[in-house]
Amino acid sequence: MKHVVEMLNIRKEFPGIVANDDISLQLRPGEIHALLGENGAGKSTLMSILFGLYQPERGTIKIHGEKADIANPNVANQLGIGMVHQHFKLVHNFTVTENIILGMETKKGIVLDIKSAAVRVGKLSEKYGLNIDPCAKIEDISVGMQQRVEIIKMLYRDAEVLIFDEPTSVLTPQEVRELMKIMRNLIAEGKSIILITHKLKEIKAIADRCTVIRRGKLIGTVNVADTSEEKLAEMMVGREVSFSVHKKECQPGEVILNIKNLSVLSSRKVMGLKNISLDVRSGEIMGIAGVDGNGQAELVEAITGMRKAEFGTIFLRETDITNMSIRDRIESKIAYIPEDRHKHGLILDYSVGDNMIMKVYLHQPFSQNGLLNSHAIREHAQRVMDQFDVRSGQGPAASARSLSGGNQQKAIVGREIYHDPELLIAVQPTRGLDVGAIEYIHKRIVEQRDNGKAVLLVSLELDEILNISDRIAIINSGELIGIVNACDVNENQVGLMMAGVKRGETA
Amino acid sequence: MTAVVLGLLAGAVLMALIGNNPLSGYIYLFRGGLMSIERVGNTLATATPLILTGLSVAFAFRTGLFNIGAAGQMLIGGLCATAVGLTLTLPKPLLLTLMVAAAILGGAVWGFVPGLLKAKFNVHEVVATIMMNWISYWTVYYVVPAYFKGAYLETESRKISEAASLKVHWLTDLFGGSYVNLGFFLAVVSVIIIAFVLNRTTLGYELKAVGFNRHAAQYAGIGANRNIIMAMMIAGALAGLGGATFYVGYASNIQIGILPTQGFDGIAVALLGSNSPWGVFGAAIFFGLLHSGKGFMNAMTNIPPEIADTIIATIIYFAATSILIERNWDKLKKKVGGAK
Repeated sequence: MKHVVEMLNIRKEFPGIVANDDISLQLRPGEIHALLGENGAGKSTLMSILFGLYQPERGTIKIHGEKADIANPNVANQLGIGMVHQHFKLVHNFTVTENIILGMETKKGIVLDIKSAAVRVGKLSEKYGLNIDPCAKIEDISVGMQQRVEIIKMLYRDAEVLIFDEPTSVLTPQEVRELMKIMRNLIAEGKSIILITHKLKEIKAIADRCTVIRRGKLIGTVNVADTSEEKLAEMMVGREVSFSVHKKECQPGEVILNIKNLSVLSSRKVMGLKNISLDVRSGEIMGIAGVDGNGQAELVEAITGMRKAEFGTIFLRETDITNMSIRDRIESKIAYIPEDRHKHGLILDYSVGDNMIMKVYLHQPFSQNGLLNSHAIREHAQRVMDQFDVRSGQGPAASARSLSGGNQQKAIVGREIYHDPELLIAVQPTRGLDVGAIEYIHKRIVEQRDNGKAVLLVSLELDEILNISDRIAIINSGELIGIVNACDVNENQVGLMMAGVKRGETA
Repeated sequence: MTAVVLGLLAGAVLMALIGNNPLSGYIYLFRGGLMSIERVGNTLATATPLILTGLSVAFAFRTGLFNIGAAGQMLIGGLCATAVGLTLTLPKPLLLTLMVAAAILGGAVWGFVPGLLKAKFNVHEVVATIMMNWISYWTVYYVVPAYFKGAYLETESRKISEAASLKVHWLTDLFGGSYVNLGFFLAVVSVIIIAFVLNRTTLGYELKAVGFNRHAAQYAGIGANRNIIMAMMIAGALAGLGGATFYVGYASNIQIGILPTQGFDGIAVALLGSNSPWGVFGAAIFFGLLHSGKGFMNAMTNIPPEIADTIIATIIYFAATSILIERNWDKLKKKVGGAK
């Protein structure tokens, strides 16, 4: 069989590490080929080589059987290779069409010819079932739609091979299903797809074959239909991975967090959270299920003090914390694993050590009389890193930026848990992580609950909510739809409630 | 460093283009700044306000703020110091202490206002500090002729008495009659203090955290607003102190209708010193050297003194684009290496 893309015996070194060691990948026409590996395994490096961002030290790339020298992304484009990046590269106050033609503008004389471009974009959108308005502004459309703009951008440039880099990490479950439909349409029209991911479910759902790499080495290429998720996970991590979280019986104690009739304004100045009452006890994990943007952010930010509560009260044990400052709430032992680890969780330009004292730098022994104690800071960071398996090149002195995503997340989880909180708020704690890291973080969160802490878990991954919560609160459009015991419900029931259908009502 | 070398090379090309020998030009330029103990003193004296304004800009930069108002802060600091010096008659140590304190306070107020505006109303500090520049410009324009009019000229203040000058005999004598004054030591102490604050204190930790990532700072419970105001006040105070070293140290009176160029040169100094306190110190000394040597170069050759300014400008240009240069340099090296 003739291959569309062949990458043979690729080797790429970076100072200190071999990112790709003798890796081969062959893409057949009309297939969805998954590229699976943990964070830092070398997936992105391999694809960046194909896309012309890096040059390999050894190995050959063949496109349609002919040897190709991909010196830069422009060459890749000419060869029909397009990439949908994890972080979209779009101009927010431009329209869809303007973004798509950026760099290859159609012209009438010297004037931009947006109209005919928009027509072509509309046609492409129709052909592949993308359902996109060519004249909408990027800032007005959802993340899922923005991703489709990236896809059309590739199609507009006549890409034959589309590389998707972790495309589902930013999408809601519904949007994921939509995306899969689109990918099938693309295949039906004769395109070939390379899907970079570490989500096994998706691979099972959509991919034909799967190439697994681990620590820069090729583990193998398998037919997805003949392989189980467990087998794939084992190939990726190198050991057996358990999917279900082992939990002891839940033993809820006294109420730690008590929310009464809370209403919060969203950033768009409408009520994002409406009249919610909720409590979390010690020794239990309360999961918040809901589609993204239905009030989760407002709820969490009101509890942590990042956003003002309009109405209602929040109590931590007997203390009213509704109008407390952020620092006072931290001092009263609320720990918070934020959703966006780069925006809120870490100061990327600080060292890991400095990041570990972000919330305690005013306490002894980290500082005294306004002077920092670098020795104590380094020791503290080393302890957190040892306990939470945070790996970095230069220990606590490494800049937070240099850590891989999984290690950054483990560092945050470590910092928050290390302060021995009463209440742990975890928002999407495993977002974008591989199974090994997910398993680990889940274990630590459950451990907190077993130690009698109250845990509030917000996640868009329904599996995660169902797996580790004891009780689940479901919210929709800022309203509390219901609170259920995790053992009494299945995915379908919660899914319906997430769509706003109350329990007992017929859908 | 690359920027400095490239800037000097570009200057050499310019000198050659207008028909002069670049080598002799540079020899005279550097001799002009270094050949005698007196000239070394003048180099240090010229560098003194630059150290402080550079430090002011760099400090604000490190906390995520662009202080373009060092000129105004420096001017108002100079005015405060001059006013105290011309009004009070006290023993020299006491008088100087008061004058320096007044300069620091004046600069701090000039930094406080933009800081407050930014924190409370989110007014961009670039706009606010530029406006503050003009407020201090016109304040001097009004205050000096009205209260401190000079003996012969309406456009400048009276000369301060010897007791009110940062120049001291032993230092002037040590440097063979140069302009160097106590301000240089104040500048060095400031560099040490700022380096210490930034790297070793919780205040510096907070300020840098806000500068690097405002959201994460808020998440950690660090009040961004308080830190913005604090950072602008410290930046203003440094520039204000720079004003004292210039107007009652290097010079001995204050003119109306001039915003000190050192305020804007401070931005270049901060850039070349990559915003680190000791980097700023080195950059300011280097600029001081070029400034004080250019007259000598002009006298001894046919090279106009503007060449020195051109070199400074070129260095700033290269410093601003240094990342670009380094990247291309790496590429070039790789290509050459690959060809082998």
